[in-house]
Amino acid sequence: MTREKKLEKSAQLSPKLVRDVREKIIELVLFLAAFSAVATTVAIMYILIKESWLFFNEVSVIDFLTDRKWTPLFVEKHYGIISLVSGTLVTSGVALLVAIPMGTIAAMYLSEFAPSRLRELIKPCLELLAAIPTVVYGYFALLFVTPMLQKILPDLPGFNMLSAGLVMGLMIIPFISSISEDAMRSVPVGLREGSYAMGATSLQTAWRVVFPSAISGISAAYILGASRAVGETMIVAIAAGLQPRLTWNPLEEAATITAYIVQVSMGDLPHHSIEYQTIFAAGLTLVLMTLVLNIMGHFLAKRYREIY
Amino acid sequence: MLISDNLKEVRTQVQRRQLANGIFAMIGLLTILVALIILLGLTLQLLIQGAPRLSWDFFTSFPSRKPEQAGILSAWVGTSLVMLVTALAAVPLGIAAGIYLEEYARKNWVADIIEINVTNLAGVPSIVYGLLALGLFVYQFKLGESIQTAGLTLALLILPIVIVTTREALRAVPNSLREAAYALGATKWQTIWDHVLPCGLGSIMTGVIVALSRAIGETAPVITIGALTFIAFLPDSPLNQEFPYLPLTGSFPWINFEQLFGWLGAAFTVMPIQMFNWVSRPNPEFQLNAAAAGTVLIAMTLVMNGMAIYLRFLFRRGVKW
Repeated sequence: MTREKKLEKSAQLSPKLVRDVREKIIELVLFLAAFSAVATTVAIMYILIKESWLFFNEVSVIDFLTDRKWTPLFVEKHYGIISLVSGTLVTSGVALLVAIPMGTIAAMYLSEFAPSRLRELIKPCLELLAAIPTVVYGYFALLFVTPMLQKILPDLPGFNMLSAGLVMGLMIIPFISSISEDAMRSVPVGLREGSYAMGATSLQTAWRVVFPSAISGISAAYILGASRAVGETMIVAIAAGLQPRLTWNPLEEAATITAYIVQVSMGDLPHHSIEYQTIFAAGLTLVLMTLVLNIMGHFLAKRYREIY
Repeated sequence: MLISDNLKEVRTQVQRRQLANGIFAMIGLLTILVALIILLGLTLQLLIQGAPRLSWDFFTSFPSRKPEQAGILSAWVGTSLVMLVTALAAVPLGIAAGIYLEEYARKNWVADIIEINVTNLAGVPSIVYGLLALGLFVYQFKLGESIQTAGLTLALLILPIVIVTTREALRAVPNSLREAAYALGATKWQTIWDHVLPCGLGSIMTGVIVALSRAIGETAPVITIGALTFIAFLPDSPLNQEFPYLPLTGSFPWINFEQLFGWLGAAFTVMPIQMFNWVSRPNPEFQLNAAAAGTVLIAMTLVMNGMAIYLRFLFRRGVKW
C-alpha cells in the first residue's frame, strides 16, 4: 500500500470515528443529566439521615416516638414528634374530607357527563386553581375563611386547623380530579356501551361500571392527594398556628411538621445545634410518610395503566 | 291489564332514574362551579384589598417599617434573578434528561431506577428540597444563603416537571420523522437535534413555563435556606450601580465585568416571602400590603399559565400529523 493510499484511507475513516466518538460523548452527557434525578434522591436521603443521625445520638428514638410534647425551643426540652404528626394528620384529614368528594364528583362529571366543549373550558380553569401560589391560599385561610368560620363558630381561635384544612382541600381538588378523570377516561368505551345497552343511565354507568373499573387509578389520586396535603407547608404555617400540640380537634390551633420546619428556619439557629438537627429529624419523618403514600399511589396508578 | 300495569311501573322507574341522572349532572356542574366561584371570590377580595396599594411607588420602594411606604422592589428583583438561575439550570438539565430517557435509554434496570426516581422526586414535599439545599448547598458547598442557592434549589424542585413534559413532547413526535432522518444518513443526535427536538419544542416550552410559574410561587424551600424577609438593598449590578441601572455610565459595553456574577452570591428576598412576612404581622395595614403583593404574585402566575395554555392551544391546532 502506498503512502497516498494509506492517507486516503485514514481520511475516509476519521470522519466516521469523529462522528461515533461525538455521538458517544453526547449520549454520556445526556445520561449524566438523567442520572441527576438519582443523585438528587440520594442527596436528599444522605442529608436527612446524616443530620438525623446526629440528632438521634442525643435523643433516643423511643422518646422521639412516644413523648407527647414537642418543645425543642424551650428550656425544658421534649422531642415527641407525635404532637407534630397529629397536627399534620388533622389538617390533611380535613383537606381530604373536602377534596375527595368534590374531586371525585368533578372528575365524574367531566369524564362522563360534560359536553366536550364545556370540558375544554373547565379544565384550564381547574388547572389555574392549582397554579395559585400556596402562600396566597394561606392568606385566604387566615384572613377570609377564618373570620367567616368565626361567625358560625364564635369560639374558634384565630389560628385553627379547620380553616387551613378547608382551604388546603380546595387547593387539592384539581389535583385529585385530574388524576381521577384520566383514570375514568382510560376505561374502555366498550364497558360503557355494554352498560348503556342494558338500559342504564349515565349515572348508573358512571357509578357501577366506570368507577369500579377505574378504582385503582382513583385511589391512586386519593393517595397522591393525601401525600400533597401532608407535605403542604405555607397554608398551615400561616393559618393553623405554630404551637405544637397533641390534639385531634380541628377547631384548635396546632403546628404541623412542615410548619415547625418553617418556624425554625425563620429564626437564626447555629449550624450543628440540636435545634438545627430537629428540623432534619422532622423532615425525615415527613419524607417517610410521603414516601409510603407515593409508592402506594405509584403502584395503584401503574395497575390501572396495565389493565387498560 | 297486567302488561299495561307493568309498563306504567317501568315508566316511573325510568323517569326516576333519569331524574337522578339529571340531578347528579347538576351536582357535578355545581361542585366545579362552587370551587371556582369560591376561588374567584377570594381572589377578587384580595384584589379589592390590595388595589389601593398598587402604585408605581409600591414597585420601586424597599420594604419598610411604615406600612404605607413599604414596597416590593427587592422582592420582585430577587424573584426575577432567582428565576433566571432556576431557568438556566433546570431547562438544559431537564430537557437533556428527558431526551435521554425517551430516545436513548434501553429497557433495563438503570433506566427503571432513573424513572422511579423522577416519579418519586415529583412527589417529595417542596420543603424537603429546602432541607436538602440547607444541608448541601449552604453548608456543604458553602454557596451561602444567596440567589444562586435559591435558584439551584428551585431548579431541582421543577426538574421532574421539565423532564416529564419533555418526554411527553418527544413521545408525541411521530416515528416516521425519525426514520426519514435516519434514511438520509443522519446520526442519532443529528436526528434528535435537527428534527425531533424542534417538533417538540412548543410542548416543551409550555411545560417549562408551567414549571417556572410553580417555582415563582414556592415559598417553603426558599424560607428553609434562609432567605431574609427584610432586604433594603439590591444585589450589585454589572451595570450602573443605582436602580434602575439607567442611564448607563462609563464606556461601551457599559458592563462592569468584575461584577458580572456578583449578584449570584447576594442575600435576597422573593415575592412570596415578602408576602408571607406581611401576612404574619398583626398590623392590618401590613396585611393590605400582603394583599397587594398577593395580587402581583397571582398576576404573575396567571400570565405565565395563560401563556402556556395559549401556546398549547396554538401548537395543538397548528400541528397535524
